[in-house]
Parts: sequence; structure tokens; C-alpha cells
Amino acid sequence: MSETLAKRFGYSEKVMDHFKNPRNVGVIEDADITSKVGSVACGDLIKLYLKFDPDRDQIKDIKFESYGCAANIATSSMMTEMVKGKTIDEARKVSFKDISETLGGLPKIKLHCAVLSRQGLETAFLKYEAKKGRVKIDELFVNRILRGVLDPVQGVDIISAKILDKATVEGKKITLSLNASADSELAKSLAEDIRDAFEGLDIELDLKFRE
Amino acid sequence: MYLDNAETTRLDPAVLDLMEEFMLNKYGVPAGEFGYGLEEEAAEAIERAREVIAKRINASPEEVIFTSGGTESNNIAILGAARSNFYKGKRLVTSRIEHKSVLRIVDKLTRHGFERTLLDVDREGFVNPDSLVNSLEDARLVSVQHANQEIGTLQDVAAIGDVARSCDLLFHCDAVQSFAKEKIDVQTMKVDLLSMSSHLIHGPKGVGALYVRDGVKLESVLEGDDRERGLRPGTPNVAGIVGFAKAVELMTDKDAERMRRLRNELTDLLLAIPDSRLNGPKSDRRLCNNVNISFRYVEGEAILMHLDLKGLVVNTGSACYSQKLEPSHVIRAIGGTLEESHSSTRLTLSKWTTRDEVAYATETIKQVVETLRAQSPLARKVSQRK
Repeated sequence: MSETLAKRFGYSEKVMDHFKNPRNVGVIEDADITSKVGSVACGDLIKLYLKFDPDRDQIKDIKFESYGCAANIATSSMMTEMVKGKTIDEARKVSFKDISETLGGLPKIKLHCAVLSRQGLETAFLKYEAKKGRVKIDELFVNRILRGVLDPVQGVDIISAKILDKATVEGKKITLSLNASADSELAKSLAEDIRDAFEGLDIELDLKFRE
Repeated sequence: MYLDNAETTRLDPAVLDLMEEFMLNKYGVPAGEFGYGLEEEAAEAIERAREVIAKRINASPEEVIFTSGGTESNNIAILGAARSNFYKGKRLVTSRIEHKSVLRIVDKLTRHGFERTLLDVDREGFVNPDSLVNSLEDARLVSVQHANQEIGTLQDVAAIGDVARSCDLLFHCDAVQSFAKEKIDVQTMKVDLLSMSSHLIHGPKGVGALYVRDGVKLESVLEGDDRERGLRPGTPNVAGIVGFAKAVELMTDKDAERMRRLRNELTDLLLAIPDSRLNGPKSDRRLCNNVNISFRYVEGEAILMHLDLKGLVVNTGSACYSQKLEPSHVIRAIGGTLEESHSSTRLTLSKWTTRDEVAYATETIKQVVETLRAQSPLARKVSQRK
């Protein structure tokens, strides 16, 4: 095969291999934790399914689903391969750069895909730890989860994009003030993405958009 | 298999033969330093080519100038008209779905004292000629394309020309995508300036034309000699011009009709894929070789990459496919969601596209969309709901 387009994009052979034959793609029906990061509006979204060995905090199984470009699929595939069987502590040492390098490098404009797949993993770990009661659901926790929610216009997370104005946590209630007008396309897409990001946690979400 | 003929086309071998003759043997230029014979041969060939182009749009040969292509034609027309015609207003009126060469020069002129109006389009990409009237106060120029490069919308150019003329405004029409494929008559369409290109109809790249209605004043954008009425000075691309005219002659109404039939078949076949949506209008108000469909729950760059591996070349409006990560401005302007722009897939036929190729393309796209949907959480979410 010529793979002319792949060359034009600067995709390595490894990237194309993982794109064509993604590893660990699919769902785990009885997953302990799922995490969804990215956004449909961005054209860049992944959902992860994880199963843990609770005694060792070890990733027994991990699968992913993707809505996105070839790099999105390849980085998710590679990330799952790299962390499967590792404990949370070990897996946290895998950086987005490690994922990119193991894939033989990514084109610069596609590096954010590696960042996203790594964020998906982090979101999953945070949710796991919260469920176990090991981390408190506070402002810091909320901020770390929101790193996986993207602003479709700038293509970066909503904290870097300064769309998150304020986050407050009172007991189980999380209130987020967002810099987007209530009737906008952005607000609709953010509301869905934010709810997805916290899915499965025993909390109550209150989203406040500008009038 | 190449189904990206709105991007460029393969040169017609008959065109190449003729061009070769003008590059190897008849290599003179009009009013050049060569002997009388070569000089005259080139001049005659260019004038014959001018007649061919003019006839195709019902213009006089003196009203056609040769350029380096569609982008240059658009720039000469818009910049030239803006820097002249000072008795008119300082507003440039264009649509949101124009080619970048139109949108960017208009944008640039807003930094030089001009006002800009971007006309909205409806869900199928049409400018409403009636609403145009309200935008014409203080205007100098209206620029609306004939056929859209992404979704194939064929504007009602005659109705727009009617409004422009009744308001005594200059009307430029970018006909790069439609020229020689769809009927164009600058008289009934009331067009003052019309841009054309060669490489989308199996002619050579790097050559195009601009129709300038007799009496319309343009200031030159390039300075040099007096060739092409001083609007496009410099040594003419003789072989290119001759090849362009040949390509025009070789593109017949029959070719257009055949493309239209195959295009309709391809559209129907692709729309049979579940959760697919046609972008742009239905058949008769659509450019004869254009299909553009969004497949939900999958992303365009991934579609293209898989298709490329199977030897099929198409195009997409996906942000991931663009170097600047920007979604298609056309899909957005017709009110398409970001998701629809990310999955928009454009297939454009050539005069040589066959029914077998249409069948292969359909089957291949179907497989790829199915493969990617099987990996997509969005598709799963929906199938669970159903």
C-alpha cells in the first residue's frame, strides 16, 4: 500500500499500524471505572473502560473507544498497551511524551491526541481513587477532572481556555460557573462533556452559564 | 482511484499533445524577440483560445483576459474593482461560503478602509437574492460564487446579478468550480466579472481567465507591460492558455450530463448508509460532479486515512484534516454542527469516472464507516438508546 496520505501527515509506521489494527478497542461490560475525555465538537474524544485488581491497584484490563482522527485512535491504542498490567503508581509514570515516542513520534499538530489519551487515564484513576474514598472530592479534584474537558474553539482544556470561571464544592454538590452564554452551541456541548466527565461519581452537578 | 476532482484533475492527454507542440516547436511569445513566424503563431493561438473561452460564457473575446488561475482572477477582479470605481460606496458584499481567495482579499481590504458584508446562506448554501437588497447601501462590489467548492450549491446567479445591476453595482462571480461544466451566460446572468480556471476540467494547472465586461473599470494589481489589457502583464503562458482552451473544447455537455447521472447514483448509494446526511442541495441546483455527505459518529480524517490505504482519494471538511485544525467554514455557514463538519466527506467526479468506480467507492466507504463506527462510543450510545 502506498500510504501517501499517511506520509503527508507525517504519521510513522507504528502510528499507522495502531490506527489500522487498534489494540484493546471495545468495551468492558462490567468495568470498575469508565472515563470519557475530549469532545464531539472538537472531533477528538475517547472513552476508557478499566478493570482493577483491588488488592494491588493493578490495571487488570483496559479498553477504549474513539471518535477522532488516526492519531487519536493510535495514541489510545498505544496508551492502553503501555499501561495494561501496571499498577496505578507505575502507570502514572507513563507520560504523553512516552506514548508519542513509543509510537515513533507524532506530527506536532497531533501531539494533543497523546495528551488526551493520557488525560483519559488520569481521569479514570481519579475516579477510582474517589470511589475508594482515598481522595476527597474538593476543588482540586474537580479541577483535575476538568482537564479532560475541551473547549472546541481553542482545542485546549476548559481551564487553560479560561472557560471555567469558578468551581465550588459543598458536600456532594459541585457548582461550576462557566464563561459561555446559556443558549450557545458551546454551552450545550460543554454541559454534555462535563456531565460525562463526572459520570459514575456520587455527586450532584450544578452548571451555571452566563445569561 | 481519485474522486477529488474539485481539488484538481488529471490532464487530458489530447491537451498535453497540443501543449507539447507549443513548448517544443511553437515556443514563441507574442511581441517577443523571436522571428516573425513564431511570434505570430503564438499570438494567433492565444486569440483563438480567447475566442473559445469567450464563446463558452457568451462574451466577446476582448472581454477575456488570461491569468495564472482562479485565485489570481479573483484577486485581480476584487482588488481591481475596489481600487477603482470611486464614485460608488466603500462596501464589499460577499457570501460566507466563498473560496478563501475571495474571503481573504475582502478581509484584507477591510484593513484599508473598506466595509464588508458577509451574506448568510440557508441550510443548502443559497444566498437569498431578495435579502441582498438590504445589504447594498454604500456598496461598490458584490462577489458571489456560481458553484460552491465543498457542497456544490449552484447559486441563482441571474437573480443576484439582477439585484446588483438594478442597484448599479459591480457583480463579480467566482465560477472556478462550474466553468465548462455548468451553463454560464454572462449576459443573462448579468455578471460584470467572472473567474475561471483550467485545472478543474482536465486542463493544465497555473492558467485561468477573467471575464471583464466591456466598460468595467479595474485598476491593475500587477505592473508591467500592456499584455492582457495591462491587467495581467508579463510573458503569457502560451502552452497553458492553448491547453486550457483545448480542455474547454473537450469538456462537453454530454460529459456534464454523464457526471450528473453518476453523481446522483453515488449520492443515493451513500445516503443508504445509516445516519448519513447530504450537505448542500439536491440534484438540479447542485454542481454536476459534487457529492458531500456527513457520516455521523465518525471523524473525517480517520475516514480519509482508511480510504487512502484502500487506494481511494476523497476530501473532508474535518478540522483534524486541516493544518490549522479549523473546521470547514462552509459546513458551519450552512448551520451544520461541528460534528457534521468533522465527518463531512466530499467526493467529486471527473469526466472519466465510471460506474464501476462509483460502486467500488460506495462499498469501500461503507466498510470504513462501519469499521470506525464499531470503534466509536457515540455510535454505541445511540444503538443502546434505540
